[in-house]
Amino acid sequence: MARIIELLSPTPPGWGGTLLVGLLHSVEIAAGAFGLGLVIGICGAYGKLYGGPVVRDLLAVYTTIVRAVPELVLILLLYYAGTDLINQLLTAMGYQRIDISGLVAGIAVLGFVQGAYSTEVIRGAILAIPQGQIEAARAYGMSPGLLLRRITLPAMLPFAIPGLANLWLIATKDTALLAVVGFFELTLATRQAAGVTKAYLTFFLAAGVIYLLLTLVSNLIIGRIELRARRGMPSLKEAR
Amino acid sequence: MIAQGTAPALKYTAQNDAAEAIHVENLHKRFGELHVLKGVSLSARDGEVIAIIGGSGSGKSTLLRCINCLENPTSGIVRVNGEEIRMKADSHGHTVPADRKQIERIRSKLGMVFQNFNLWSHMTLIENVIEVPVHVLGVKRDVAIAEAEKLLERVGLAEKRDVYPAYLSGGQQQRAAIARALAINPRVMLFDEPTSALDPELIGEVLKVIGDLAREGRTMVLVTHEMKFAREVASHVVYLHNGLVEEEGPPEQIFGAPKSERLKQFIRNIG
Repeated sequence: MARIIELLSPTPPGWGGTLLVGLLHSVEIAAGAFGLGLVIGICGAYGKLYGGPVVRDLLAVYTTIVRAVPELVLILLLYYAGTDLINQLLTAMGYQRIDISGLVAGIAVLGFVQGAYSTEVIRGAILAIPQGQIEAARAYGMSPGLLLRRITLPAMLPFAIPGLANLWLIATKDTALLAVVGFFELTLATRQAAGVTKAYLTFFLAAGVIYLLLTLVSNLIIGRIELRARRGMPSLKEAR
Repeated sequence: MIAQGTAPALKYTAQNDAAEAIHVENLHKRFGELHVLKGVSLSARDGEVIAIIGGSGSGKSTLLRCINCLENPTSGIVRVNGEEIRMKADSHGHTVPADRKQIERIRSKLGMVFQNFNLWSHMTLIENVIEVPVHVLGVKRDVAIAEAEKLLERVGLAEKRDVYPAYLSGGQQQRAAIARALAINPRVMLFDEPTSALDPELIGEVLKVIGDLAREGRTMVLVTHEMKFAREVASHVVYLHNGLVEEEGPPEQIFGAPKSERLKQFIRNIG
């Protein structure tokens, strides 16, 4: 027991600090990817619902392919091929090759994947808004941008939150996939700590607990947001 | 003031020379194969209350919704406040507004009240009422709130200002929707069957509010099934049948001495 505490202590020779740095990187990537996914999702949903035929077809290709290919494959593909492509473009245009930071690449890759799922979640949520509310906003002269900001987004939120909450939790765990491209997040940190100390059980259990805590804290926050988003809706308990 | 597209002369002329707030001329609307409006003309001068009546599918709601381009007319002229809505054909051959800014400007002068209220469910009543003044018209928030409080007071909902629409009865929601329309200080109020979705015992409270507005000289175009109410408040009644104006005139004539057989039958049936 004393050995376990010593191993997990946040200061060296304990590896707790390493795990926490890994967790921090995981959360950074997850938050960035989820945010990027949201932006892509809002644009994607709008494009799918209101866009012209070309936009709709392109978005259909995007969401279908991204959701069809295993995420690990996409990550490897986008990470290596993506950075290579950017560097080839840069050299072709006469610039220096650049070192793309793992954080930025990770956010971009996972965000691209999240965006495909977000598109569908948000599209469904927008369809669930009583159309009369959108029509009323148009009838009072709201511009499309104002309508999106003031009516569509807040009105679709209660319908989108369950799906978006799933996506956030998936994002926190998908960060582990970035370990395969050598990004130092919680899973890679755990593997390092376990490999050096040979205390595999201890460290992987500890990582599991950290992921669980992350989910529990997320649930608390999501619950708050959902309560706020559903403020205009009577509780379903009374309608049972 | 309203005539079929083919009619050579207007059947009714306003007694006053007040400015024309709404002018519709030879309006056609097709939904694919369906020809809903077949050349309808209509006009509302300042202070007039135009009631549009007619059976289900006669095109009366479509006519109203063409005035603020919630439906894009297939052809014809719509003028609001003397300004003609410019239309163009899009790549599919549909007629669409040529200038989005113009449509938005015109819409912000027309206070629309819907059959299903269509209050924004994520906003309290006071937020619903100040939304358009603050975010579309650029009124200062505290000014808008003071005005909105007066309007809610006026429709009898002062104590409900911080309640969300879902917690209110249909009659209360519709009165709030009328306050929302009044908040933009509209040139014309458009009512699209404002009492059709209400329980019978709630209709009276909404009609009272609309009646008060009519009596104080608000310009209104009202699509309704409430014949008794139309007779009381309208200055001019238009009977639509199959996308055409079948008969029109002052309420005493339309309800007291209808000429067309269809209108006679319509009035008998609806009581």
